[in-house]
Amino acid sequence: MENENVVGRIHSFESLGAVDGPGIRFVVFMQGCNLKCKYCQNRDTWDINMGKSYTVEEVIEKILRYKNYIVQSDGGVTLSGGEPLLQQDFVIALFEKLKKYNISTCLDTSGMFSITDKIERIINLTDIFLIDIKSINEEICKYLTGFSNELELKFIKYVSEKNKRIWIRQVLVPGITDKKEDLIRLSKFLQNINVEKFEFLPYHNLGKYKWEKLGKKYELEDIRVANNEDVEKAKRIMNI
Amino acid sequence: MDFKEWESFNKEGRWTREIDVRDFIQNNYEPYDGDESFLANVTDKSTKLWNKIQELYKIEREKGVLDVDTKTPSGINRYEAGYVDKDLELIVGLQTDSPLKRAIMPNGGIRIVEKSCESYGYKVDEEIEHIYHNLRRTHNDGVFAVYTKDIRAARSSHLITGLPDGYGRGRIIGDYRRVALYGVDSLIVEKQEELEILDTDEFTEEIIRDREEIHDQIDALNQLKEMAKKYGFDISKPASNALEAFQWTYFAYLGAIKDQNGAAMSLGRVSTFLDIYVERDLKSGIIDETFAQELMDQFVLKLRMVRFLRAPEYNSLFSGDPVWVTESIGGMGLDGRTLVTKNSFRLLHTLEDLGPAPEPNITVLWSKNLPDGFKKYCAKISINTSSIQYENDDLMRVTLGDDYGIACCVSAMKIGKQMQFFGARANLAKALLYAINGGRDEISGKQVAPKFEAIKSEYLNYDEVIEKYDQMMEYVAKVYIKALNAIHYMHDKYSYEALEMALHDRKIRRTMACGIAGFSVVVDSLSAIKYAKVKVIRNEEGLAVDYEVEGDFPKYGNDDDRVDEIAVKLVKTFMQKLEKHYIYRKADPTLSILTITSNVVYGKNTGSTPDGRKAGVAFAPGANPMHGRDESGALASMNSVAKLPYEYSEDGISYTFAITPSTLGHSEEERIENLKSMLDGYFMQTGHHINVNVFDRNLLIDAMNHPENYPNLTIRVSGYAVNFVKLTREQQEEVIARTIQEKI
Repeated sequence: MENENVVGRIHSFESLGAVDGPGIRFVVFMQGCNLKCKYCQNRDTWDINMGKSYTVEEVIEKILRYKNYIVQSDGGVTLSGGEPLLQQDFVIALFEKLKKYNISTCLDTSGMFSITDKIERIINLTDIFLIDIKSINEEICKYLTGFSNELELKFIKYVSEKNKRIWIRQVLVPGITDKKEDLIRLSKFLQNINVEKFEFLPYHNLGKYKWEKLGKKYELEDIRVANNEDVEKAKRIMNI
Repeated sequence: MDFKEWESFNKEGRWTREIDVRDFIQNNYEPYDGDESFLANVTDKSTKLWNKIQELYKIEREKGVLDVDTKTPSGINRYEAGYVDKDLELIVGLQTDSPLKRAIMPNGGIRIVEKSCESYGYKVDEEIEHIYHNLRRTHNDGVFAVYTKDIRAARSSHLITGLPDGYGRGRIIGDYRRVALYGVDSLIVEKQEELEILDTDEFTEEIIRDREEIHDQIDALNQLKEMAKKYGFDISKPASNALEAFQWTYFAYLGAIKDQNGAAMSLGRVSTFLDIYVERDLKSGIIDETFAQELMDQFVLKLRMVRFLRAPEYNSLFSGDPVWVTESIGGMGLDGRTLVTKNSFRLLHTLEDLGPAPEPNITVLWSKNLPDGFKKYCAKISINTSSIQYENDDLMRVTLGDDYGIACCVSAMKIGKQMQFFGARANLAKALLYAINGGRDEISGKQVAPKFEAIKSEYLNYDEVIEKYDQMMEYVAKVYIKALNAIHYMHDKYSYEALEMALHDRKIRRTMACGIAGFSVVVDSLSAIKYAKVKVIRNEEGLAVDYEVEGDFPKYGNDDDRVDEIAVKLVKTFMQKLEKHYIYRKADPTLSILTITSNVVYGKNTGSTPDGRKAGVAFAPGANPMHGRDESGALASMNSVAKLPYEYSEDGISYTFAITPSTLGHSEEERIENLKSMLDGYFMQTGHHINVNVFDRNLLIDAMNHPENYPNLTIRVSGYAVNFVKLTREQQEEVIARTIQEKI
């Protein structure tokens, strides 16, 4: 079949994704990202020319080896990255195939995309969205990623209206994304969204070595890692 | 048979007419499919007792051993009664007359006893030395009297190692429950009837040996009664209540560990059996849940105190003083009911009540059909204590039925109906190097295996290596079985496990349990030779001493069929070579892929291998992929291991798994669900065994540097659990270097 021959540029696979959506999930880390998040823990996924090419068929073959774990845990497959939506044809072909196998699909995306026909198709094929809100504060979002959060917030509202399952995360970076007024705004934004789960991901610098390996400067050098207390405090502010 | 102690039991079935504990269980147990909410907390009494024992542990840790009785060769009834604190102990009985005092058991070998004593500053009594050096032959002496040149060479070059020729073989499980259910007198009557059956016209060697053994068994049962009497109990009759059922079962086990210093002295599968007595007492209102838990806690405290005197060499192989008091819980019955009872929960709960500990070696027989509440509780305890191992009940039940237990780490056997001759393991990584070097040892240069043409080429050719390796395995299998036949002949002759075997049927299945060490090293080496280019580095004498791998190759542990097929083939090939030989007492050969912690020592004694592993570097434990080579996540690693064919490795395939809590899930609930599903998935893939560790690498590093802060930190290593701080520094480093699944 033609669909099976669609090729994707892939950074790596993780057979045990236990924190990438509900249940145990096979995670495909797509190569290539358009954002420039300062805290990125997978800096080596940015360049679309790196990684390796796989056909949908090859990826499906890998996934099916984990069907027992996926079925037992009500898990599935998560496309992460990088930014999977940079390879829309591949996402469509893969998710269509997964639907045939009755395997749940999850998309870990920044959501910083306009709703085109292809994106619409992908949304229809996706069971769960994992979306990082970089910051509800546009300026901070720009500072962290180089882009405004406008498209992202619209995207979230759109998939919410489509009654999709949504998990929202925010990386809690001390001094940057933990400001009280921003957290209150975030909380208000989320009230109008059909969110199944909200999580803070405490900022850590364990991905720093990947920047250094590529000879890139790690800009958050002076920022401390977030701890449990930071998370608890932020949760209190958000009233969750 | 009928006894007043059996009042209100369901007496349908065979169990009242013949010795059949399984039948009693099936007719009387109550499956439990709820959760842990019924459990009661630890009592003051048990806590006080545990604190006293821990005080003794502290002194023991400092001295190496707390005390040794150097005058009294141990036996079932050679010691006076001993107590930790009579007022606090619900279950009584110690191996010697004082807690943690170790006994000498010279029937296995006097030299090892002397060496062990000396290393802790003790000296064996002169008369004992005289007797065992001059008047009474030991197992150890017997074996060395018959060992051939080729066995000695294979042994001293570490081609075949860890053989039980200087210590007790262990791995025999008496059906200790029989003592509680029937009382010792009924068991003696049964054995006497067996003697009648063995009054045959043709008085063959076999018949004569069987008669002598049964004679010894009856003798052992009588001694057991006398031993219990010293503690004020008459165990000639069945146990009449839960307290007695625990006590009787423990006495039977205690008799075994007074008699034998076996490498692994496992308990079997007693929890669900004992639950029947607990339920009966709960129903009649004699006891409450608190007492039921207290019984289990106190029983477990006794099991935590089992000690053997062992030489320092033994400890460098198997650190942490392991005795493998393995108790198997869970599993499903042949009729589809689960064998999980409330006692299965109570046993797990001891890890919360009393804190984590390596013994007893709690083994959960996992089935995808186990009740969800039990699965979740297991996962929870695993996450909190890293003290449980899991084995595939759906796989084993097919051939072993529903009343089998695990001896040692992974060796399954029908309780009371099957025993094994423990056979340690052959170093197949070294055998591969011998194949390349024409039978010469890569470290000493000695000709160990018969001389044949070494490989001369600069780069290794896969077909040539395979051909020579096949011949080398043929040779290893031959020498290996010769050694094992000698060992077990002598063990039966000089150190027969009369009490444990008294708690078996007359007709039993025997297996000769062989093993493989260096498994993943061989598999990756063959893969490197096949898929990359391996250049041989030779020394001036032409001996291949190192290898350079050019290019990449598929590595075992990534669910890559190209290499995993090599792994499967290796298991089958070696097993088939073992099957060609005559085996002592017509035992069936079986195979395990299990190293326990000896993978460190095996690696130390093995030169560089064609997979790029350098000389002296530790092997991976059991069937694990080599450290750091499984790069596709935990499930890929598990899938590779699960492909190994259990039918060809019936004695077990051990896999040790470690994961950081944050990789397993963000919340406790997620972690429990994910671990549960992982276990379901792994066993559905037909994986056989898995050790589950949930901890952070940093925690281990801190524990290595500050052991005083972590006296009870327990981790699972191939087949058993150890106190991390009792491992040697080398072993600690090896554990830390192992792949801990973590994601950033």
